[in-house]
Formats: sequence, structure tokens, C-alpha cells
Amino acid sequence: MPAWKRHHLLDLDELAPEEILLVLDTAEAMREVLSREVPRVPALRGLTAVNLFYEPSTRTRASFELAAKALGADVVNIAAEQSSVRKGESLLDTVRTIEALGAQVLVMRHWQSGAPYLAARHTRMHVVNAGDGWHAHPTQALLDIYTLHRHLGDLRGRKVVIVGDVAHSRVARSNAWGLTALGAQVVLCGPPTLLPVGLRPGEDEAAAMPSVQVEVDLDRAIEGADAVMALRLQRERMEGGLLPSLREYVRLYQVNAERLARARPGALVMHPGPINEGVEIAPEVAVSAQSVIQEQVTNGVAVRMAVLYLLTGAKA
Amino acid sequence: MSSLAVRGGRILDPSQGLDVVGDVLIVDGRVAAVGRDAGRDAGEVLDAAGLWVLPGLVDVHCHLREPGLEHKETIETGTMAAARGGFTTVCCMPNTEPPLDTPALVRWVRERAAQAGLVRVLPIACTTRGREGRELADLAELAEAGAVAFSDDGEPVADPALLRRALEYASALGLPLVEHCEDKALSREGVMHEGWVASRLGLRGIPAAAEESAVARALALAAETRGHLHVAHVSTAGAVALLQAYRARGARVTAEVTPHHLCLTHEAVMGTGESPGGLAYDTNAKVNPPLRTRADVEACLEGLAQGAIDCIATDHAPHALEDKLCEFDLAAFGISGLETALALCLSLVHEGRLSPSRLVEALTIAPVRALALDRHVPGLGTLAVGAPGDVTVVDPQREWTVEPERFASKGKNTPLAGRRLRGKVVCTIYGGRKVWQE
Repeated sequence: MPAWKRHHLLDLDELAPEEILLVLDTAEAMREVLSREVPRVPALRGLTAVNLFYEPSTRTRASFELAAKALGADVVNIAAEQSSVRKGESLLDTVRTIEALGAQVLVMRHWQSGAPYLAARHTRMHVVNAGDGWHAHPTQALLDIYTLHRHLGDLRGRKVVIVGDVAHSRVARSNAWGLTALGAQVVLCGPPTLLPVGLRPGEDEAAAMPSVQVEVDLDRAIEGADAVMALRLQRERMEGGLLPSLREYVRLYQVNAERLARARPGALVMHPGPINEGVEIAPEVAVSAQSVIQEQVTNGVAVRMAVLYLLTGAKA
Repeated sequence: MSSLAVRGGRILDPSQGLDVVGDVLIVDGRVAAVGRDAGRDAGEVLDAAGLWVLPGLVDVHCHLREPGLEHKETIETGTMAAARGGFTTVCCMPNTEPPLDTPALVRWVRERAAQAGLVRVLPIACTTRGREGRELADLAELAEAGAVAFSDDGEPVADPALLRRALEYASALGLPLVEHCEDKALSREGVMHEGWVASRLGLRGIPAAAEESAVARALALAAETRGHLHVAHVSTAGAVALLQAYRARGARVTAEVTPHHLCLTHEAVMGTGESPGGLAYDTNAKVNPPLRTRADVEACLEGLAQGAIDCIATDHAPHALEDKLCEFDLAAFGISGLETALALCLSLVHEGRLSPSRLVEALTIAPVRALALDRHVPGLGTLAVGAPGDVTVVDPQREWTVEPERFASKGKNTPLAGRRLRGKVVCTIYGGRKVWQE
């Protein structure tokens, strides 16, 4: 298997299309491993991966832990609120300590955008960004893309609508980079107060942002979509005047059956989780045949196995 | 009688419309003569052939951090940094710990500066007691102790009614009020300019309107009270437009801009693409007001050239390493700028976007006029006969690389680290004494 040349995975903005496709191919092979009676391959045996999570997580952390173990690595979980971070230990000191303990891989989730970039500048460990603030969540985007790819094949020209609190969403950002790199048409949709400022670049900013469409009307955005991805809405958005009420959000932006009928028949319904019941997606849609939400979770382990495998340049 | 002559350089003194090749003769700490061969018989000679000879530069906005924040800077290290940057006079801001809101502390700062002996320090005292924005400080007593202006810098005077009273009161003392114009409700928790870079990096933004709306309010109050308002660190095109409008109406308003707001944009936070992941999240580019868009930078430069903005001031804000080597949200705001100010601004001259005379004016007589400093130090910012013997000698073509670890300032926090600049201070003379020489 060809090895990656990357030392860290911080976001998808730096990845060439071929690199993303390599992850997808590798994930497919890992899916096969997971389907075996003993779903293990010792590619990373002897290696230690540390999950350093400054924010709570169910899916991502468990997913990374299972992925590392499936590859035979040793895993240590550090939850910041139960660590010396409570005693005021700085991020860099924490990272250096983990490196001194002998870990080779640092999987990091942090509430601050850019934190893993800071860590990567000060360590020789492989840094995998498991979500930094509003900024990026590359493995989530990779598993979303993998899921789409399994159902739709070549993503060129496919229309993917990402709806919700886009301004504060690392999932939306990483998906925008990854999907546009593969030639998909990305539409970001949400209330104007929840769309990022300056998303549509001026002439001198063309290279710095992925070329996406922005739309505030979901009924219009979802026309002919191949997939719609709903983002989690944080209840705190009602504070500070970002949203008038949950009810209004649901009325305008919930992915329900009526709206879904405007998309392409069989369009996929996705969500990174955790779902706010009855908010982002109508309950009957969430469990319908078009929903691939549980599959996203399953695919997450295979994709993370692929990422760990490629980053560490392991030989099977 | 001690005499020092700076000979054969290009003498640029915009206050007198002077641009000639010749000598500056300083006798007993004062300018004695300026012109061809004026320094022929001097006791000590400095050869300035091929160099620029300027009045000692004046910085009306810097942070010396003493008392209380000595891990970031002291008056000694800060004035050494000033000297290296060619500044012979600095006005220091009162956001120290404790803040400069009592006459005793104002006197203390002046004494410390005299002890360090490096350059002239003119303190700016607090507008409000404790900088808390609730009650006026004892402005008259502070003026008596040597304060040259008032400011709560770092914070705005958020209560417009109080700002109005402060303007009225200070106006009776004949001293300017330097206002940090920012609507905190709009800038709340923001860490950089609200624009496409903040969106890209996932960082909370500070909208331009946070400055513009506060400037509008302050200008309206200044016009009504006829007080002297000096707008600190202008950064937005909107603020420049407002300044133009109010000046045209005759308001007593002056304004300053920093070198970084004339030369850098919010893209500096992203870095040059060489760090892991291609995004630097450079905390050294984290500053308040933030680095903004190219359009804002253009507008500020145009404003400076046309006079809507009077002068350049560094807003030198040194920080200790640990205050910047952390997550972006947690990093302190500020750029250590005294030692790079002139060279950075010279890039505008080299690019033909600012004339040499306007640049020198903006760093010498213009800040003096803006804060009416010649009331306290006659002749400041000029090379007129009788003026203080403060001279800055510059090699406008010398190339050098910015190495923060070699700064005299304790603050190594500059987004210019590793950058190649053209133009260097080769000698700084204060009161006829060389306080810095290469």
C-alpha cells in the first residue's frame, strides 16, 4: 500500500484530491478488516496513541480508540477536565508531557480553533485533529465523504447541501474543503446570522476559501440535491440574538419529508451527531431509508483506521 | 561646553520645510545651528554622509508596563527599545498596575525615566479613576504632576455621558483626551478582525463597526463640547471617513495610526503557509484594534497622506513569551513595535506610497502638534535653533532582518520576525548625548 507523506492531519484544505481518494480506498480495506471474525490487523503494534480531549465526545473518541486498537496500537485517553489541565497546566506542557511518556500519535480535540496547529509546531508526534473549535474536523469530513462515495460513487458534479449553524461548524468547513476538492457542488445553507462572514471571497481572496454557494432559503437550496447534511444546532445560539427561537429554526431549516421531496429521489440524509431530537431532522426522516446517520458512525472507525495507518506510514 | 555635530547628512525637518544636505550642531544639549558646515568646529563629530538626519522621533502612544507588569517590559528596557527605534520622546499609557491615576505615580514614572536616562518619557494619565470608567480621575492634579494627556487606553470610556464630561474637563486644562474607540458590546470576545480570514480560521471576529460606531460617538461629543479629542490607533476606513467629515466641520480632533495598521492585514494571522497545516494562527499578529482588510489599510494610508490622520504612533505593546505562546483566544493582544516602526513605515516610502517628508512629519512635528506637546517641551519634534538636541540618524537603504530575540524590548512579540526590512536607525541622540549607536 502506498504511504502518505503527511506527518499530521490537521484539516482537509491541504489535501490533494488523490490524497483524499487514497484515504477512501484505504478505509474500504479497513472496513473489510472490521468485518472479520477477529477484526484486528497488527499494523500499528508497538505504537502508542493518546486521545487528548478538551471537549466531551462520544463518537469521535470511541471511534478513534476502536480504530487504534483494531490496528494493534496501545491507547491512552486523557480527558482534560480530569487531568492536570485543572491545575492550570498549559496546552504545550501537556503535549510535551505526552510526548515524553513515549506516545507517537496525538489525537486532539480542543475548544480553541488552531490549538492542534500550535501543538504540531512544538512536537514530533503525529498530530490528528479530532476537532478544533469552529475550525476543522477532518476525520468527520473524511467519513462523510467516504459515506457519500460508497453510495454515489464519483462525487464530481454531485450537489451536497450542508444546513444549519454553519458559522460555528468545523464539520461544515472541513466538508466544504474536501467535497470541493473532489469536484462536488457544495451549498451552505442557514439563517443569515449563522453563516460565516466573508464567505464569498473578493477577487484577491479566491484561493483562500473553497468555492461554495451560500443560500438562506433551504427550500431553494435543496432542489436537486444528492445529499443533505444537517448540522447540530447548539441551544446557546438563542442567546446573543443569533436566533429568535427554536420553533422558527425548525420551521425554516428542519430537514423534513416535504423538503426532502424537492431533493433528488433517494437523496442521502446525513448528520454528524449528536442529534437534537426533533430539531435538525424530522424524526421520521432520521430513521428513514434515506438516512445514513448510523452508517456514518460505523464508517468512522474504518476511516480513522485508514488515517492512523497512512499517517504513521505503517506497513501491513 | 559640549558640542556634537552630525555632519553632511540629508537634513529632513518638515516643521521648517527643511530638506537640505548639511550639519546639525548641538551645543549643551540644544540645537545650536543647522546648515552647511555648521558643525565644522564641533568637539565631537558624527559623519552622516549618505544618511538622513531627522529630529528625534516622537511616539505618542506606547506601553512601558511599569509599574506592575515588569515581566513584559520596564521603563528601562522600553526606553532602550525606543532609542534603538530612533525615538527620543515617548508618551507612555497608564494601563499599568496600579494604573497611573494618582499624581504620585505620574511623578514616579517620570523619575524612573530620568533614572534610566535613555529618552524622554511624557506620561499619559488615566481619564477615570482606576480606569474603571465610572468617575473622573483628578485630572488637574495629574496635569500638575506632569501628565501630558489623559486616556483609559486598553479600554474605551464606555459611558458616553462620562466621556462628554471628561472632554469638557480636560479641555479646560488645555490637555487632549486620547480615546481608545471601541464598542465592547460589538467586539465582545472577538480575537481578530471579523472577515474572511476569521471565518477561515474559525475565530470570533471584531467587526469594523465596533470601532466606527465608537469613533462616531466620540467625534460627536468632541464637536459638541469643543474638547480636544485624539483618536488612538485608527484602523478602519469608516473611522478615516468620519475623521475627514468632522475635521471639515472644524472639530478639534486629531488622530494617530500605527505602522502595523499601515502595512499589515488580517492575513498576517494565517502566516506565510510554512507552518504545519499551512495556518500559523500567529498570536504575534493578534492586536487590538485588529489588523484589518487591504481596503482598510489603503484608507488609513490615504488618511495619513491627506491629513485626516495626523501622525504615526507605535502602540508598542510588549508581552512576555508565555502571554503569546498559547491558544489564540488566550493570547494577549499587542505588537512590540518600537524597534521596527521606522523601517516598516519606510517600506511605504520605498514603494512610493508615502513621501519621505510626510513620513518624517508624521513621526516628528505632527505628533507634537497633535497632542500639543510643545507646551511642555518647546521646540520638540523640530531642529529649530534652541530646540532640544534630539536627533535621529537613519540609513534609509540599509537592509536588515528582524530578529526579535535581539530586541532591547522584553517584548519579542512581532509578526515581522524573520522579515527583511530596508532602512535602519544608525544613531539616536537625546539632549546631545548618543543613547544608541550601531
